[in-house]
Amino acid sequence: MRFIFKTEYDQDIRLAKHGGHVFWYSLLGLFLITAPWLLDEYWLAQLTFVLIYSVVGLGLMLLAGFTGLFSIGHAAFLGVGAYTEAVLAAQGWPFPLSLAMAAGLSAAVGAVVGLPALRVKGIYLGIATLAFGFIVEEGLARWESVTGGNAGKHVEAVQVFGWKADTEAGFYAVCLAVTVLSTLAVINLLRAPTGRAFVAIRDSEISAQSMGIHLARYKTMSFMISAALAGIGGALYAHKMQFISPDQFSILQSIDLLLMVVIGGLGSIHGAFLGAIFLITMPQLIALGKDHLPDAIAQAPGLQAVVYGVVLIAFVLFEPMGLYGRWLKIRTWFQLFPFYRKGMFKRQKSFQKSDRLK
Amino acid sequence: MQELQVIFSGVAQGCIYGLIALGFVLIYKATETVSFAQGDLMMLGAFCGLGLVSWLGWSYWLAVPSALAAMAITGWLIERAVIRPILGQPAFSVVMLTFGLGYVARGLITMIPNVGTETHAFAAPYKDTTFDLGGVVLGASQVVVVGATAALCLLLYLVFSHSRVGIAMQASSQNQLAAYYMGIPVKRLNGLVWALAAAVATVAGLLLAPITFVHANMGFIGLKAFPAAVVGGFTSLPGAIVGGVIIGVVEALAGFYLPEGFKDVAAYIVVLLMLALKPNGLFGENLRKKV
Repeated sequence: MRFIFKTEYDQDIRLAKHGGHVFWYSLLGLFLITAPWLLDEYWLAQLTFVLIYSVVGLGLMLLAGFTGLFSIGHAAFLGVGAYTEAVLAAQGWPFPLSLAMAAGLSAAVGAVVGLPALRVKGIYLGIATLAFGFIVEEGLARWESVTGGNAGKHVEAVQVFGWKADTEAGFYAVCLAVTVLSTLAVINLLRAPTGRAFVAIRDSEISAQSMGIHLARYKTMSFMISAALAGIGGALYAHKMQFISPDQFSILQSIDLLLMVVIGGLGSIHGAFLGAIFLITMPQLIALGKDHLPDAIAQAPGLQAVVYGVVLIAFVLFEPMGLYGRWLKIRTWFQLFPFYRKGMFKRQKSFQKSDRLK
Repeated sequence: MQELQVIFSGVAQGCIYGLIALGFVLIYKATETVSFAQGDLMMLGAFCGLGLVSWLGWSYWLAVPSALAAMAITGWLIERAVIRPILGQPAFSVVMLTFGLGYVARGLITMIPNVGTETHAFAAPYKDTTFDLGGVVLGASQVVVVGATAALCLLLYLVFSHSRVGIAMQASSQNQLAAYYMGIPVKRLNGLVWALAAAVATVAGLLLAPITFVHANMGFIGLKAFPAAVVGGFTSLPGAIVGGVIIGVVEALAGFYLPEGFKDVAAYIVVLLMLALKPNGLFGENLRKKV
């Protein structure tokens, strides 16, 4: 077990807590930078998808995992970002500007959704975002002059002042840069007073309010930042897919996004990335597993849904802290060997605390 | 005259929403969790009835109670197997769990070869009858929906106000800990509530089946029952039905008067308005946490 001897106040908020962090994250960074030379085109595309979903996951994690507000309509923000980017890219805007516009417009929409969030809590908020998601999806399908309706819309390649990212590696580099910047922004936010206010609201609204946190302002802010990140992710998604239609931003996509943060582990930055890796590799694993199953099961169209559902149920039942929680436990087991106890991470079980009065 | 007909079909559709919403409300009141699997339970119920009537050749009147019983047992098993172990955890875990249940239910139905991916017509004995009331033509299947909903409401009202089990359920939904101290078997009641909710969902499925078709994705109608439950107040049983009828009528009128596309989002616009103006719904209680 590593004990950090703190001699400076700055050590409390330093990004890399100790040498191990520096070493492992440098290694990860090195891998990500050299990935275009190490991986073939197919896996590079998958890695790009992981990065895109991580950005969206970061946004949802900030909202659900750190502020305790749940959005069952997050695909709507993704859609707003994607369509903004598609329209602006077609008009020849340089990528950084159109990306900022996509983020800004999504954030504005997020602020609108955040308004009911000030009055309603818990499941009501979920239903408000669900309703909002449906309205946006229908709007995208009906506003044909801009979005192309259900027929979909073609998206052009990323272009920055004359340079076009039309190769797989070029677009990967763009996604990597955006992801790294977003991650740093979120980490920085969380160690600043704003982020701490979010966490306080998650843990108890009443005590946060008593400590002088303006609930309305911080909840709206959380919605806006989360929506902006989803918008950025949506813009990258649009470029990656090269073709978008409203049904890509339906309730199923929203549930997939939630599934991603829950399986990754609510309340951890790592969780967003682990969840994105899970979401992208799961279909591949299912495809691999199909070879070993009898045909009647392997060829059935519902197999993927069943596997997703079972994995989700299993995680909620047996590992509520998600993949990141599992990793923490494994790491602690090795650090404390042989003194790890079974109940170390067990949450205290309360007898049906009423949520209605929260 | 046409307006009356539109309104009546709206009421019939609204009763279906109300019945599904009734399931949400029952489960929410009893266990403080929101079940997103309610629509999928309805779908399972409809398939159960369809299977008994079409493939086993049972008569309709035998198939309906059997389907109800089978689904009630399914609901009880679900509570026992996956809901009970995580009671006391954050409400959101349970919501995700019910999403998972919905995925599994839909997936399992689509996995049945030659059945799961098709749409099926459900032959109820009253299917093609119509009534003509002075110019207003009413389909029997819609009349049956309204009648059955009313009967079910009366039955539930009697159960909750006059039977021992019903009163115990009321007590445990008001304060679980106090009910537990009074000797009410709260956990067993929760199982019963899930069974009841699954049975109500099955009623909705069997009533809806002759109007539309039976297919694996019919459970998505459950997402429109959320607005119904919210409009009604989420904690009130009559509110769920009233909310459902309001949503159904608004939707039917929006389809009749407004341009295409508004019908699908009318329910959601109503719920957003409701949440902005009166978040506790029409019949909801206003509670505040005391520190």
